[in-house]
Amino acid sequence: MSTLILALVITTAQIILALAMACGVFRMLCGPRAQDRVLGMDSLYVGGMLLLLTYGIQTGRTLFFEGALVIALLGFAGTVALAKFLMRGEVIE
Amino acid sequence: MIEAPDLPIWAAIAVGFLVLLGASITLVGALGLLRLDNFYKRVHAPTLGTTLGTVCILVASMICFSTLHSRPMIHEILIAIFVTLTTPITLMLLVRAALYRDRSEGSKAVPDDGAGAIAFDDQ
Repeated sequence: MSTLILALVITTAQIILALAMACGVFRMLCGPRAQDRVLGMDSLYVGGMLLLLTYGIQTGRTLFFEGALVIALLGFAGTVALAKFLMRGEVIE
Repeated sequence: MIEAPDLPIWAAIAVGFLVLLGASITLVGALGLLRLDNFYKRVHAPTLGTTLGTVCILVASMICFSTLHSRPMIHEILIAIFVTLTTPITLMLLVRAALYRDRSEGSKAVPDDGAGAIAFDDQ
């Protein structure tokens, strides 16, 4: 019984996180300026990382943790590179 | 799709509560990203998800795996440290880039901090 309720709760949390990611996608596609798009992409990365962590809780496998760590790393690198690009017009000077 | 680990009742309650809380806080931050009207206001909203939302879901994951494997598993703390360290750096870089772009265009959307001319000379 508690397992079923936990499964429903985790699925609800996944739907909520997908809605949060949809907000990030909207800001990324319709953002008025480039910095809004980068902010939406950063929010999308965080949402994806949290979604992967909930999948790890759901299946009980630690494999998803490593995927979440990689997403966190790539989100940081991508956002820093894009911010640098907006500032200077090139990534590596 | 609908499955869950077989946890004792106290752990199931704690994990469910923390996961739902973290996801809801992240959604509130993302809704702020949609609703706020200015980039300099919007940049604050997603940090709700990167701090409190991430910490809630990571603590839930720690409780779940520690109970399943009956030994302390706190490797999730790596993500917490990494996200806490990197989010301010990325957002400060992004806001500096946005400030530079807005000021070089002479936009009126730049928030006035009383030291705008001095900060512009630093760029």
